[in-house]
Amino acid sequence: MSLRQLKKTLLRFGFWCLIGVLLLYAVFPFYYAIVTSLKPSSALFEVSYWIHNPDFSNYATVLHQASFLRAIANSLIVSLCVVTLALFLSVTAAYALGRVKFRGRGTVLMMVLGVSMFPQVAVLSGLFEVIRALGLYNTSWALILSYTIFTLPFTVWVLTTFMGQLPHELEEAAIMDGASPWVTLTRVLLPLLWPALVTTGLLAFIAAWNEFLFALTFTLTDAQRTVPVAIALISGGSPHELPWGLLMAASVLVTVPLVILVLIFQRRIVSGLTAGALKG
Amino acid sequence: MIKLKLDNVNKQLGGARILRDVSLEIAAGEFVVFVGPSGCGKSTLLRLIAGLDSICGGDLLIDGRRVNDLEPRERGVGMVFQSYALYPHMSVYDNISFGLKLAKTDKISLRERVLKTAQILQLDKLLQRKPKELSGGQRQRVAMGRAMAREPDILLFDEPLSNLDASLRVQMRNEIARLHDRLGSTMIYVTHDQVEAMTLADKIVVLNGGRVEQVGSPRELYERPASRFVAGFLGSPKMNFLTARLHAPGETSLVDTPVLGMTSLPFDSSNLAAGALLTMGVRPEHISLKVAEAAAGIVVTGVEYLGSETYVHLETGQDEPLICRCEVSAGWQAGDRVELQLDIDKLHLFDDDGAALKRTPHIIENLRSDVSLHAVRV
Repeated sequence: MSLRQLKKTLLRFGFWCLIGVLLLYAVFPFYYAIVTSLKPSSALFEVSYWIHNPDFSNYATVLHQASFLRAIANSLIVSLCVVTLALFLSVTAAYALGRVKFRGRGTVLMMVLGVSMFPQVAVLSGLFEVIRALGLYNTSWALILSYTIFTLPFTVWVLTTFMGQLPHELEEAAIMDGASPWVTLTRVLLPLLWPALVTTGLLAFIAAWNEFLFALTFTLTDAQRTVPVAIALISGGSPHELPWGLLMAASVLVTVPLVILVLIFQRRIVSGLTAGALKG
Repeated sequence: MIKLKLDNVNKQLGGARILRDVSLEIAAGEFVVFVGPSGCGKSTLLRLIAGLDSICGGDLLIDGRRVNDLEPRERGVGMVFQSYALYPHMSVYDNISFGLKLAKTDKISLRERVLKTAQILQLDKLLQRKPKELSGGQRQRVAMGRAMAREPDILLFDEPLSNLDASLRVQMRNEIARLHDRLGSTMIYVTHDQVEAMTLADKIVVLNGGRVEQVGSPRELYERPASRFVAGFLGSPKMNFLTARLHAPGETSLVDTPVLGMTSLPFDSSNLAAGALLTMGVRPEHISLKVAEAAAGIVVTGVEYLGSETYVHLETGQDEPLICRCEVSAGWQAGDRVELQLDIDKLHLFDDDGAALKRTPHIIENLRSDVSLHAVRV
């Protein structure tokens, strides 16, 4: 074996080792959560890396808790509303920002970007007052409002980039055909934008689905809680017991749908995220 | 009948004046071509007529009605874009019918019109296809179909053939010409390709720097250009220009040119002073060559062989070599010494500002039109 070949083999080996480490780093916690969730509480502290006798009692317990199911429903409603609202607002905003040339357009875009850099904690108390003043405390609307605020800068920014890339002549052709701006947007531009819509919609969905801080602050009762808070508040038989099995089962239950969604749309997400950067 | 009239139309963008006082009349059924170098404002002018850009000053009238402030769809115009701009997610049928649907045409006549349009453009068999499944020429036809479907009185074309390869371009050019004969609608066509302009147009409008240089039939423009710009813009290879000086002004001008010597030419230069700087123009095909005696005449510096003809380059001591178009059989070679023969009737004279001098026709008959101008030694 020549030196060159040896070097090539070693490099390849090192490359796959690195990939292995990364994979382990990213996937192992989730894998161990699955393993844990499938153990009875008696076997919890036996360290094992393989599922020997899958035990579904944790899942059965979680799914029999009315409050947990209620939380999933809440999360679903809130996330879907956020996605719909954010997409509608950002598509219309992106049409203006990406297609119409007006004075101050750059300033508006920079402001949108700037707003997205505020940390959640910085606006938490202010937002709390706003929600109290609007009488939305402890309702799903409080979460929909606050999540939409935090999602919009991102969705507006991404969709504006996409919108700006669609050829101008397409819009002018629609104008020659007698289309109003609304018809141009909905019947000519939107059908071409749907990979971008899927990407941004999915990312907005994940953000809303996983959000914890606002959900904890703006809701009070079990009936209004979303999944992340509900999981955190699952308690065991005594104050000193942490029901790891239940927690893991609940976590897996709320993560798996997201993983499936991402796997389905992964190609779209990749093309969506990079299409803003490159021409063609 | 006047279909479209532009009255001192101006367009400014930022501080730049894109169009300056453009006035133009276009008759119904005419095929008008706007031609000019890039940046001359020809596309802007088309977009003003379409209604995609707003007019800064002056009036645009269609059928005698001022349409400056009307929406594109209210003007009765259709437009074919340079990139076709077909709706990629719609079938050919939907592309063509989109405008009709928006105009709330009832279903039966909509279908009828789309099918009729498709038949004219030979798209009948492609109606269910998406644009990406079509060839360049087919896309071009769909773009025309979409513009035609609402049966506009005026069809606008913005450099429609520039995306096609050479052979398809010739084919589509002929199709557009046939379409014009068949529909009889007014067509306005923008191009920078002078062959398209010459072959398609009833009337060519040459634009330069936002101004109309000359309006006329292809033949008028080619044979009697009003300015040095038009003379140089139309024709390939372009017209040869020689710097000359006016020796004696009058109804016939006595002109001194460095290559051809003192010559009396039938141009009216009474309004110019003696000694004025002139430009003499002669097209490459209007120069004929004769073998000169050794050590006399002009030297051939290069020969370009094109198969059907050859371009002979001559060294004249001017900025650019003189080019003349010869038959291949003449067999000129670099290094040959030649004498020039020019047809006086085919010469052009321009004053210092580039405006063509007026011909004095009655004098042409008195002069021998095949007068040989013997070249002086370089």
